[in-house]
Amino acid sequence: MSEKELLFSKKNLNLLTVPLSIKNPITVLVLGICSALAVTAQLKPAIVMALSVTIVTAFANMIVSLIRNTIPNRIRIIVQLVVVAALVILVDQVLKAFVYDVSKQLSVFVGLIITNCILMGRLEAFALANKPWPSFLDGIGNGAGYGLILVTIGFFRELLGSGSLWGYKVIPDSWYIINGGWYSNNGMMILPPMALIVVGVIIWIQRIKNPELIED
Amino acid sequence: MDTNANKYTIIYASVMVVVVAVMLAIAATQLKPFQDANIMIEKKQNILKSVNIVSDVKQANDLFTNTIKELFIVNSKGERVEGDAFKVDLKVEQSKPVELRKLPVYIADMGDKGKIYIIPLRGTGLWGPIWGYIALSSDMNTIYGANFDHQGETPGLGAEINTEKFQKPFIGKTIFDKTGVFTSIIVAKIGEKTDPAHAVDGLSGGTITSKGLERMLYDDLSTYLEFFKTLKK
Repeated sequence: MSEKELLFSKKNLNLLTVPLSIKNPITVLVLGICSALAVTAQLKPAIVMALSVTIVTAFANMIVSLIRNTIPNRIRIIVQLVVVAALVILVDQVLKAFVYDVSKQLSVFVGLIITNCILMGRLEAFALANKPWPSFLDGIGNGAGYGLILVTIGFFRELLGSGSLWGYKVIPDSWYIINGGWYSNNGMMILPPMALIVVGVIIWIQRIKNPELIED
Repeated sequence: MDTNANKYTIIYASVMVVVVAVMLAIAATQLKPFQDANIMIEKKQNILKSVNIVSDVKQANDLFTNTIKELFIVNSKGERVEGDAFKVDLKVEQSKPVELRKLPVYIADMGDKGKIYIIPLRGTGLWGPIWGYIALSSDMNTIYGANFDHQGETPGLGAEINTEKFQKPFIGKTIFDKTGVFTSIIVAKIGEKTDPAHAVDGLSGGTITSKGLERMLYDDLSTYLEFFKTLKK
């Protein structure tokens, strides 16, 4: 990083905020959809997954950026994969040690962070050509953009599908039909197809608000 | 330096792999005790679930000591042998000949329902190991509860063995027929003719897992037959 540039210059801050909106990896670049559908039936795994991906993207970006001038071009992708895979295994081991139940719920999807397109996409497109600090911020930004969507989907799916948030009941028991009320959980929300529909709705709303995203 | 030379590429790859391997090995060893503790608690939760007690991570230890009053190991002749039943690794035991196997037994005190005998099970599903615990009432015949789990059965199909919907029908079934012959429990495919007292419905689309579970019940329970006899006397 050049000494003239501030750590949080406008350009660097942009790296953090742009992926949250007009360059969102899920809703605009349509990357990482697979895990977005799989782990969002509840809020808790969605948040843990979002944090895991953010950590891995940020550090993979930074590490690859640090060694970018030494990487032999012919094995560039392999080097990136090794860095990402090592970080993912670390995250997986830490989850297994400290949040075992969540790690069981996420099961194979933590391992599949390795193949998450956001990671390889950012490494190839950004980290290989930029300095470590901007790369780190870019990783955080993209992880957060991914996480923002995951948490939004998780929020609606858990609320409407299970009547709870973070495992706590929010819809009063007396509302349910079994207890003489009028309400029933929407079982469809638990199933992966509804996650896709929720993503669709989010994309729709986002494009109404940002006309520049609408293609002809 | 020419970063595209063959020599450089090969050395670069080798060094990178070694560095990463050492790093991961250190992390794995450091985290192992925490992971093992989690696995132990999960095992306790699974054992408790087979006697229909649902516990969370914090309660599991206390509930386990309060419920499971006795745990010991028997051999295939029904005689007690030395050792810690909780630490027996079924994967290791099942690779031994039947006569040498250590067979763990857990006894739960369920108050007015009396002593419940819990037998651990391990077998193979479609993609990998399946395991579970089956709880028998003190007549050593009627099933009091069952709990199964799996490593990687197909979600929505074979993986359903860990749901209540699959496990509940086991309750009340018997593993011996009226004449005292061991029948185990049949996990039936649709159309299969079975005696409803010794059979539960299998999983649609999960036949190989269902039949693997049936074989696990038969194989593992049959090693305990002599032990059951000593209790019936």
